[in-house]
This record gives sequence, structure tokens and C-alpha cells, in this order.
Amino acid sequence: MTLPRDQILGRLKSALDRENRPPEAARARLRDRPAGLIPERGQGAPADRLALFAAEAERVEATVARIPGPAALPREVARYLAETNQPPALRAAQSLADVDWSSQPMLKVTGGTADGADNCSISRAFGGVAETGTLVFLSGPDNPTTLNFVPPTHIAVIRAADIAGDYEAVWARLRAEAGGGAYMPRTVNWVTGPSRTADIEQTLLLGAHGPQRLHIVILDDDATP
Amino acid sequence: MDSTTRQFKDNARGALDDAQLQNALDKLGRGFPLKRLEAAARLPEFERLRDQAREIKNHVLDNLDFYLEAFEAKVEAAGGQVHWCADADAARRTIGEICKAAGAKTVTKSKSMIGEEIAINDYLENEGIEPIETDLGEYIIQLRREPPSHIIAPAIHLSMGQVEETFRESHADLDPDRALDEPRKLLEEARTRLRDRFLGADVGLTGANMLIAETGSNVLVTNEGNADLTYSLPRVHIVIASLEKIVPTLEDASTILRVLARSATGQEMSVYTTFCTGVRRPGDLDGPEEYHVVLLDNGRSKLLGTESHEMLRCIRCGACLNHCPVYRSVGGHAYGWVYSGPMGAVLIPGLIGMDEAAHLPNASTLCGRCEQVCPMRIPLPRMLRAWRHKLYESRRTGALGRWALEGWAWLARRPRLYRLIMGLGVAGLGMLGRRRGRFRRLPLAGGWTGGRDLPAPEGDTFIQQWHKGARGDASGERLRRRGR
Ligand code: SF4
Repeated sequence: MTLPRDQILGRLKSALDRENRPPEAARARLRDRPAGLIPERGQGAPADRLALFAAEAERVEATVARIPGPAALPREVARYLAETNQPPALRAAQSLADVDWSSQPMLKVTGGTADGADNCSISRAFGGVAETGTLVFLSGPDNPTTLNFVPPTHIAVIRAADIAGDYEAVWARLRAEAGGGAYMPRTVNWVTGPSRTADIEQTLLLGAHGPQRLHIVILDDDATP
Repeated sequence: MDSTTRQFKDNARGALDDAQLQNALDKLGRGFPLKRLEAAARLPEFERLRDQAREIKNHVLDNLDFYLEAFEAKVEAAGGQVHWCADADAARRTIGEICKAAGAKTVTKSKSMIGEEIAINDYLENEGIEPIETDLGEYIIQLRREPPSHIIAPAIHLSMGQVEETFRESHADLDPDRALDEPRKLLEEARTRLRDRFLGADVGLTGANMLIAETGSNVLVTNEGNADLTYSLPRVHIVIASLEKIVPTLEDASTILRVLARSATGQEMSVYTTFCTGVRRPGDLDGPEEYHVVLLDNGRSKLLGTESHEMLRCIRCGACLNHCPVYRSVGGHAYGWVYSGPMGAVLIPGLIGMDEAAHLPNASTLCGRCEQVCPMRIPLPRMLRAWRHKLYESRRTGALGRWALEGWAWLARRPRLYRLIMGLGVAGLGMLGRRRGRFRRLPLAGGWTGGRDLPAPEGDTFIQQWHKGARGDASGERLRRRGR
């Protein structure tokens, strides 16, 4: 009995005349990973790119704040939560472990994964894409995936320098930082605005299963928090 | 799912009489197409990106075996497993076995058209495992035990009142006097309901918008975030995908993503685009410990190199449904199976057989809008014509229709006679209809006059006008020049 795998592959190979047509072009494509057409839109100077990123994110109902550096983060978070009438409590990713929250004693900051009772999480984006105002998150011990989805409010922290023009630039950086090793974490999340649905009479509602509010804090400083 | 495709005509008649459905379809026709236009206008490169997306998929189909093998190797390297399944039955059994091995009682699901195609929910229920749809639209139709009526908006046919009714019936433990008179309240109830299900599920079952050969990843695109709760919370993640979902690289996936949401909903990008690769890594605090990809053929490998070959480029965006005058008149359920609209009419006969689906290739005006908007530039009208041809060849067309077509073909091959008869016919009809300018009823044309009047011809035949440059405004002359 032939295995289903061999049966299916066999059928494909004979339909494609594989014996006489070695898959050279495909081999080359996997090796060279040519980029396709990259829209002009995101390709401006860094300042324009940053402005575009913020504008595109706001277009899809995220809120955006720019602060000078990591030292100003606790104040910005406290301000945002107070202004939007939310309790001063946070589930923070390990990737923000060296932020000193002590300037905001009212803020209750805990670590770990989201447990379903949390109102707000804060995590770090690996990159941003100006083209569509998209954030890119990598899963890992210091940035659990559930933080991006379970609590109704999500605060994303990103360095200005990590905002690229296009998706391709973020993939290139991901590969480069792995230094030739395996580069895909378990999960890469592109997030473009807060969760939404239009499944009931095509009425747009924010906050379907993922967060209803997405607040993006851009750190203009290059130093890592 | 059992199909009711044979009853397309009755289904369609019922749909046309359903005022509520007509209302919903009207809204759809005004919403998505306009948003798509706006999104396309915002991106000057949109048309060229469509060309590139088509080229990527053409290249993939030429190398499908190679990319699938590469994908499998990468999945295994990341701690996952690929299960090759020839047909729906094999896929169902494979998923059932994985669930049983995991000791699963509940399975959360994010929307998957392949899941619908193989009717996985019914199977799991029979095995004593509870499947829970988590996309809001899918959740609603699961409670109603209905199939989706649109590939990306499964509950598009329902009114808010119908959703309220469904929730009152299904959530009988809640206060019967609670207010559910706004979409927001309905969403909140579903969201709260599903929260615990997400947290308590043993297995998460998702589809895949794409599979990536370079990395062994599956791509998931949603707006709600339900897919992300589906794969990140349970211990086991099962992906169900058909063969042709594969793309070579992350770059290729990015190109296709640039046309997907814009074509589907007119968004620049869907809210959540996720790339899942293998199992949770050492030290990770969340994510699944098992990762299974159920790779389904179900007739696709047989389509390679046939007239339906190009259909394998489809990325299930739904644009062809949103722009189809037939879909927009009768809705998705009339097609009688899980797919609908132009893509359904091309796909279904290949998947469930021509006998079941004989009506579908004719459920089109061949107006060509679907091809105009299809991001993958699939020549849907040409493929529908190919099916019609096959139906005719295989003598599945009714005797009267065949006789009429053959008669017409005989006549059309004799231009002199054709013109003579047409001239007489047009003159005669013109005379008969002179008084009212239209016919309310006409023998042999009941199909036309049943729903509308036939305008009476007002003068010569087209060919006579062509030759005369008639109407005194030289329009015939212009016509002739353009025709050259
Ligand atoms: S056939 Fe084209 S337009 Fe229709 S769903 Fe598929 S990709 Fe979209």
C-alpha cells in the first residue's frame, strides 16, 4: 500500500512532469528570496516614515503617543490609563523588565502571561511597518503571545528606530539578528489596529475577541528600556 | 456538508422572495465593493501587485511538489508534524485521532473553509468532542446549524433580530429579560460566552490563509483575534489546509497579503496577520506543545493542468462574490454548498461532481466583473464557459435546450438565412409591440418575461443598422470604424 503522502506527491510529480523538469527556479527562489514590488508609500526619510506609521495606525483606530525615551514610559502609561478611565494595573512583558515603574506608585505592575482577568497588558514590538501602521511582535519567554490578545487594552511599546517602511525590511532584520540560525519564533504577530468585527449586519464594532483599545507608545530615544 | 446544489433554481427563487435576505445583500453590494475601490485607489501599485501575486501562485503551481516537501521538512524541524490526506474522510479521521490522543473534550475553532468542506464539526460531534466556532459570524451560524453564506462573512445573510433570537434560544441560562437590541450587546454576550471556552479548550483548530515553504509556517488572517486565542491557549494546535495554500517565502506571503485584505474588505491590512511555526520554544510561557498540519488534497491534485488549473490560485478573498450580480441577488445559501458566487460555481462542480452541480456554471451572466476584481486574476468567466461546454458535451443539458442551441448553431452558420430570419423576426416583433413598446408575455420566452418586460424592437436588426450607418447620426459609421 502506498502512503497518502507518496500518492499525492506522485500525482503532482507526474502532472508536472517532474522527471524532465527539475525544480531549479523554485530552489533558487527559496535560496534568494527575491522581494516583490514594494510600494513607494513607506519609503520616505525616517521622519516621514514615522509620521506615516502614526497616521496609518490612527486611521485604523489605534492611539499613538510619542515620548522622548524609556524613562518617560511609566508616566505615559499612567496618563493613558487615567485618561481612558481604566484601573491602574498592568500585566507587563519581561521584555520591559528594566523599566523603573517606581515613579508611578499607583500603578500595579505584574509579570507572566495574561490570565483572562487582566484589563491591560504592555509588551514590546520588535518592529513597525509604516506602510500600514502595522506592529510586529515576536513570541518568546520575554514576550508571551497571549499578552497581545487576551486583555481588552493593549499597550505596545516600540522604538522609533525599529519602525521600517515595509514588511520586507522587518523580515530582513529578523533574519539578520538570528545570525544564520533558525529565525522564526513560534509566533510572529502583525497587528494593525485594535480587534474588530462587522459580522452583525456589517456594523463595525471594535473589540471582538482581541483588545478593544490599542495604544502605541513610540520611544524617540534609541536607548533600550 | 450535504449539498442542496441540485435545487439551485428553487433555492434561488426562495432567496429572491426573502425580503430580509434581499436587504442584507443590498447592504453587502453597497459596502465591500466601494471600500475595495477606495483601498485600491490609495495604493498606486495595486494593479502591479495583482500581477505579481498571480505570478507567485503560477510559479507555485508549477512547483507544488517541491514546495510541499520543503514545507514538510521545515515543519518537522520546528517540532511539528504534517499529515497528508487524500480526501475529506482521511482528514476527518486524522483530526479525530489527534484530538482523541490529546484527550480532548472541547476544540475551539477559527473559521476555516476547508473545515466546512470536510464538515469537521459534524464528525467531531459524532465522536463525542465538542467543536466551538469562535469567529463571531461562524459562532452564530453554528448555533443556527447553518452553513456559511459568504466565504469571509459567514453570517452576512442574517439580521440583528435573527441573531438576537438565536442567542435567546441558545443562551437559555441567561436572564430572559436582558436587552439585546444593539449589535454591541450581542457582541458582548458572545465574547463573554466564548472567553471561558477559549481558556478551557484542549485543542485549537485553525485554517490557514497560506503555508510558507521557507519557514514551515502557516499564516492566519483575522480581524477579531479569535484565531490567535485559538492557537495560543490550548495545548495542541491543528492547522487544516489544502495543498495549494503554499507560497515560497515570507516575501511572497507579504506580496499576497498586500492584495488580500484590500480585495476582501477594502482594509489596507487585516487587523491580525499571524505566522505560526512549530511548537512552543524552550522557555516560552505560552503557545502549543503540539503542532499538526493536516494537508488536504481532496481533488486538487487532479485539477493541475486542467481547465480549472488557474482556480488553484484562489486566495478566498470573496471579491468575486461581492461583485457578482447573481450572488448579490440570491446570496450564498442558494448555491447549496460551502462555496458560492463565481469561485463557488467554478470550484463546486470539480469538487462534488457535475451531476450535483450542473446548474452552477449557468448561474452567471458572464458579465466579467469577477475577473476584473479578482486579485489573482483568475479568468472565472472563461472557466464557467468551459464547464458549460463540458455539461453540453456530456449531454447534461436538457433536451429542449440542446435542440434550441443546435438549431441556433445551424442557423448561425448560414449568415444569409440568419439575417433574413432575424430581419423578419425583428420587423414582426416591432410591429406587434408597436403600441406598448414592450411585451409582458411572449411564447418561448417565459424565462425572460416572468420577471420583466421584453422591450419591442424599434427598427432594423443590429446588422442592418451596422450596414446603413443608421439613426442619421453616423453612429453606424462610428461603429464600423471601431470594429475594424
Ligand atoms: S476567485 Fe479571486 S476574487 Fe474570488 S475568492 Fe478567489 S481570489 Fe478572491
